[in-house]
Amino acid sequence: MTPDQILVTVAGLALAAGVAWFFWFKRTEGVKAATVSDGFQEQMILVKGGYTPDTIRVAAGRPVRLLFRREETAACSEQVVLADFGKSAPLPTGTVVPLEFMPGDPGEHEFTCQMGMLRGRIIVEAA
Amino acid sequence: MSSASQAATSPAGDRHAEYRALMRKWWFGAAGGGPTMILSYPWLIPGLRDVFPRGSEALWWLWVAMGVASLAVIVYSGNQFFTGAWEALKHRSANMHTLIAIGTGTAWIYSTVALLFPQLFPSEAMTDVYYDVTVVVTALVVLGMAMEVKARGRTSEAIEKLIGLQPKTARIVRDGAELEVAVDQVVVGDIVVVRPGSKVPVDGVVVAGASAVDESMITGESMPVAKGAGDEVIGATMNTTGSFRFRATKVGADTALATIVRMVGDAQASKVPIQRIVDVVSGYFTPAVVIASILGFVIWYDFGPAPAFTYATIVAVTTLIIACPCALGMATPMSLTTGVGLAASHGILIRSGDALQAAKKIDTIVLDKTGTITVGKPAITDVVPAEGFEPDTVLALAAAAERDSEHPLAAAILEAADERGVTRIAVTRFEAVPGHGIRAWLGSKRILVGNRIFLEAGGAKAEALQGEAVRLADEGKTPVFVALDDRAAGVLAIADPVKADSEAAIAALRRLGLQVVMITGDNHRTADAIARRVGVDRVLAEVLPQDKAHEVRKLQLEGRTVAMVGDGINDAPALAQSDVGFAIGTGTAVAIEASDVTLISGSLRGVVSAIAISRATMRNVYQNLFGAFVYNGLGLPIALGVLYPFIGLLLSPILAALAMSFSSVTVISNANRLKRFRLSEVPA
Repeated sequence: MTPDQILVTVAGLALAAGVAWFFWFKRTEGVKAATVSDGFQEQMILVKGGYTPDTIRVAAGRPVRLLFRREETAACSEQVVLADFGKSAPLPTGTVVPLEFMPGDPGEHEFTCQMGMLRGRIIVEAA
Repeated sequence: MSSASQAATSPAGDRHAEYRALMRKWWFGAAGGGPTMILSYPWLIPGLRDVFPRGSEALWWLWVAMGVASLAVIVYSGNQFFTGAWEALKHRSANMHTLIAIGTGTAWIYSTVALLFPQLFPSEAMTDVYYDVTVVVTALVVLGMAMEVKARGRTSEAIEKLIGLQPKTARIVRDGAELEVAVDQVVVGDIVVVRPGSKVPVDGVVVAGASAVDESMITGESMPVAKGAGDEVIGATMNTTGSFRFRATKVGADTALATIVRMVGDAQASKVPIQRIVDVVSGYFTPAVVIASILGFVIWYDFGPAPAFTYATIVAVTTLIIACPCALGMATPMSLTTGVGLAASHGILIRSGDALQAAKKIDTIVLDKTGTITVGKPAITDVVPAEGFEPDTVLALAAAAERDSEHPLAAAILEAADERGVTRIAVTRFEAVPGHGIRAWLGSKRILVGNRIFLEAGGAKAEALQGEAVRLADEGKTPVFVALDDRAAGVLAIADPVKADSEAAIAALRRLGLQVVMITGDNHRTADAIARRVGVDRVLAEVLPQDKAHEVRKLQLEGRTVAMVGDGINDAPALAQSDVGFAIGTGTAVAIEASDVTLISGSLRGVVSAIAISRATMRNVYQNLFGAFVYNGLGLPIALGVLYPFIGLLLSPILAALAMSFSSVTVISNANRLKRFRLSEVPA
């Protein structure tokens, strides 16, 4: 192997490992939903190329209201699906759309776009 | 307009705007793409060969111009790939935009470096530019996205059609005057006027007038339904020639139509269980493609032919571009949306993707007899007079005796008497003997209505009619004897009539390969008689209502996947126990909440359609998934050049872009093919 081949190989493998680490080993603390006056745990979520925040922590046994605001026209994100709770909603651009559900036992649930390309996580914690 | 319909129409508007924007980008890209393709290889084209010879300054300037033009295409037509990739990157995720952005970006940067700093490259062959790749890939992928947006719109046409059924105005009576108001102004209790040929605006109950109403858009039943005082009407159905007034009972978001729209929308956005596996795969897919393209670069650099750097770059770019996470992601939702919409247009409401996948797997179907196979309301089917009596006389005597009875069978006798227009006779006195019959007096004459033992205990002889009574009982009917003084006058047969299309529907279910089981509280003799008539495979008779769920469980323990069909109210536990619960409803009284699948019309034929549609939809899902996996499974290795050592095949990034756009459009087109599914394809 020539020196440049060694260099390319080492750099390539390092880059591949970096990509794997960057995309597959992310762990975020998440944002804790705030409790509002009507007893709901509420969190605003921006939909633009992904969900911001994409990890939301809620307490078990108290109703949750996620407020989605989509700020893009790409058809990908036009629907949000919370499959574990049988909830979904179309997200017209620029409109705040509420999605309400009651988290049961502590655990993790995903919310995604219809194709599962954009993903977010709801962490239900013991109250 | 209800809130549900507002929410559902806006994405259609968004989609239209998105489509137009993408098409503008496509035309811009195509305008740049054509000349770029030609001018990238001028030495291949006879006329241009002399104007732009290899290595000339003229060619260099031409390429500079192309570099600027392709940058314009990237910025105008392809900016969403870069912004999309950046937004995703901020979330530490990757998607199709990431792949296209890295692919086209790499091609552009490589070309520009080769153009401006050729001295960095060891050989001249490595300094060719690939601006054509940048432009053509951008244009093709944008075109693919535009076609995808258009086709996605078609998959949700069904729900938009449902929303479109909602009439805009209603004629109501207020303070004695008829006035036209917007439909959202109608409140519960309003009297609504429906003229010939106009739509019923909201749900309600007819108070005056009569007509036939075409309910096909809601129930899927093609025959208009006769409506008179006391009958329910459904909003959005079409009145034919008569006119009537009705009292509004459900308005706004409570109407049957609004419920259907909401339910269809929820089902379309739900997930087919198999998609959970796909979701896991697609979660790893895009970063895996990036890694594969890096490794492909390394391998081609180390072991590929010269110029290695150029080959390695092409392979890496082609790999990024050919991968189509979209085809994978769209495979199930597109079929589900189309299938659920198709079902809704036939009056079949499928609750979710789970119900759809389960409905495909069933091998046994349990039909509740009363209300499902039969009408659910007893009626007089036969009147057999004894010698010396007329049928109408027998009926008149029975009706006279039963006039004030509360017994459910009394209603059937009175209805038959009214239908045949027999003379009403008033009795002077009557007494009910619970479990046996009724005694009544017409002056000094005594009428007995009941079973044979009751008649004979009262001194009336009934042997002459016994043969008839046994025959009727064998047919699954309940014989009722009528006597005047000590003479038997005749025997009536009461039965819950089998619905007109039950027999054909059960035959069709069997042709679909299902074992058909009838469940009933009736005794074995009656149950067997009905079973023989409609042709079920197995009868579960004398089952108490509370034990139906247990019977379903027993069938499941035999290893069967069981569907239960019932009215959704009395059968709720059995529906819940079954793998798929079908509620057969009528009109607005549908028990939508209790079941996986709700048939708005009362016909058993809808169950056949529902199963056929579920099977067709799941077949479509599997075709799409198979296509998407095979496409990526074959496309990626070919792009990586595995065929190169054997047959010298290496894909061009432009071909890869064509294939990628084509694959996602194919998935959606296949889903749209479902809409052409005709129920006539169901074995009838």
